[in-house]
Amino acid sequence: MTAIAAVALGGLPGPIILVAAAVVLPAMAARVLGRLVRTALLLALPIAISAFLVNLFFFPGATQVLFRIGPIVATVEGFGFALEILIRILAISGAVTLFYLTTRPGDLTLDLERRGISPRVAFVTNASVQTVPALVERAGQITAAQRARGLDTEGNIWRRVRGIVPIVGPVILGSIAEVEERTMALEARGFTRPGRRTLLWTPADSVRQSIGRWLMLAALVALIVVRLTGVLG
Amino acid sequence: MIALAGVGYRYAGAAGPALLDIDLELRDGEVVGLAGASEAGKTTLCLVVSGLAPRTVGGQIRGQVTLDGEDVDAWPMHRLSQRIGIGFQNPSTQLSGVTDTVFEEVAFGPMNLALPRVEVVARSWAALDLLRIDALAERDPRRLSGGQQQLVAMAGLLAMRPAHLVLDEPTAQLDPAGTRMVGEAIERLAADGASILIAEQKTDLLASICSRLLVLDGGRVALSGPSAEVLADLELSRLGVAEPSEVRLRRAADAAGANVARLAGAFARD
Repeated sequence: MTAIAAVALGGLPGPIILVAAAVVLPAMAARVLGRLVRTALLLALPIAISAFLVNLFFFPGATQVLFRIGPIVATVEGFGFALEILIRILAISGAVTLFYLTTRPGDLTLDLERRGISPRVAFVTNASVQTVPALVERAGQITAAQRARGLDTEGNIWRRVRGIVPIVGPVILGSIAEVEERTMALEARGFTRPGRRTLLWTPADSVRQSIGRWLMLAALVALIVVRLTGVLG
Repeated sequence: MIALAGVGYRYAGAAGPALLDIDLELRDGEVVGLAGASEAGKTTLCLVVSGLAPRTVGGQIRGQVTLDGEDVDAWPMHRLSQRIGIGFQNPSTQLSGVTDTVFEEVAFGPMNLALPRVEVVARSWAALDLLRIDALAERDPRRLSGGQQQLVAMAGLLAMRPAHLVLDEPTAQLDPAGTRMVGEAIERLAADGASILIAEQKTDLLASICSRLLVLDGGRVALSGPSAEVLADLELSRLGVAEPSEVRLRRAADAAGANVARLAGAFARD
């Protein structure tokens, strides 16, 4: 909702207040602000930098010159719009990162399942998220094994690129080879049984949380309506 | 009881059959071992007995597989999985990968069966208790040792309450301590009434837990009988199966004894 609201809100102050209230403050309360800033910046920087530069130097119809670098001209209008884009990108990446840092994948899928989503879709969603750390761990093991056999993963960029192939190959092929056994193991545990399954517990969800969610949803809808009807200009 | 009569099996797209004319009876409470060289057909036979071949794996099967006297050809896998459990050699691939605690991992199967919550919890604790790993209940299954993961995977199967268990090289990736843990667990399960078919390369383990043994060669049963007899058969090495250390030791002692006798005779002549 924060990500959508950041796009729906116009100007610069609105999204800044939104980021402060819906991303920074909750992250501080959850004590994940440091990790959030690092991860969100890592996620957003490539696209944020390119969007900022494109708008700063190539904003269509801009007339007020800010500075020049050879034939390229940075404009005031471009700078203002680039800032607006930048804060929106940071709002989106911050909101997504905050969600990732404060929600256990198991809780999410359990709640989705409780609300009627298919157990298979919930499993695939959860497994996709959980697979990433496992792949990273496997890649680390294979890298160590290949380096022990003389693979050069340091030095110049060409050597590093050449070093990727003997690592990526085993990681991907090993994962594919495991899929069949994993599928059979799931079959042996009744995974393909049609219909709903038993849920052992449901994530805590207080009345206050529920009211808060509905209020935020209502506010988001109101914001979109206001923007579409042009009441706030 | 699981009974196979004249069973043959061919993988989809394979030039020849992987199994030929297999007759096997796995009686309740019995542990039967399966040995053989690589590619002899051990894993394929495990898949056929468990029902995964051809249901999940595909391919063509001949002959008859019956479970407690019933023809199970038309049974879907989720129904069969409540009667026969199968475990594989890689502990990590047997874990669902989506649970944060050992307890949830063990409960994964019963949850899939949509059993009442009380029943799921009771079965999960019972399986953990039986394998004596209840102390691991709160641990992250991904952070356990290979032996512990294998026991958790077995507990997950046991929570399905199958009367029969098929284990395909459950100790292949385990160290001696892990192998001992799994071996002891199998003995406890058998004592509890489960019938178990176990494919293994480690003949010392087979010698200690199996009452009967089948040795496969090229998809056929090459040797069959009480495990002590089969493991002492002189054909074993030719079939690519290592003799258990007890048999090797006895043979060495016998050979040494014969030499000593010959030497003693030679000294007596002088």
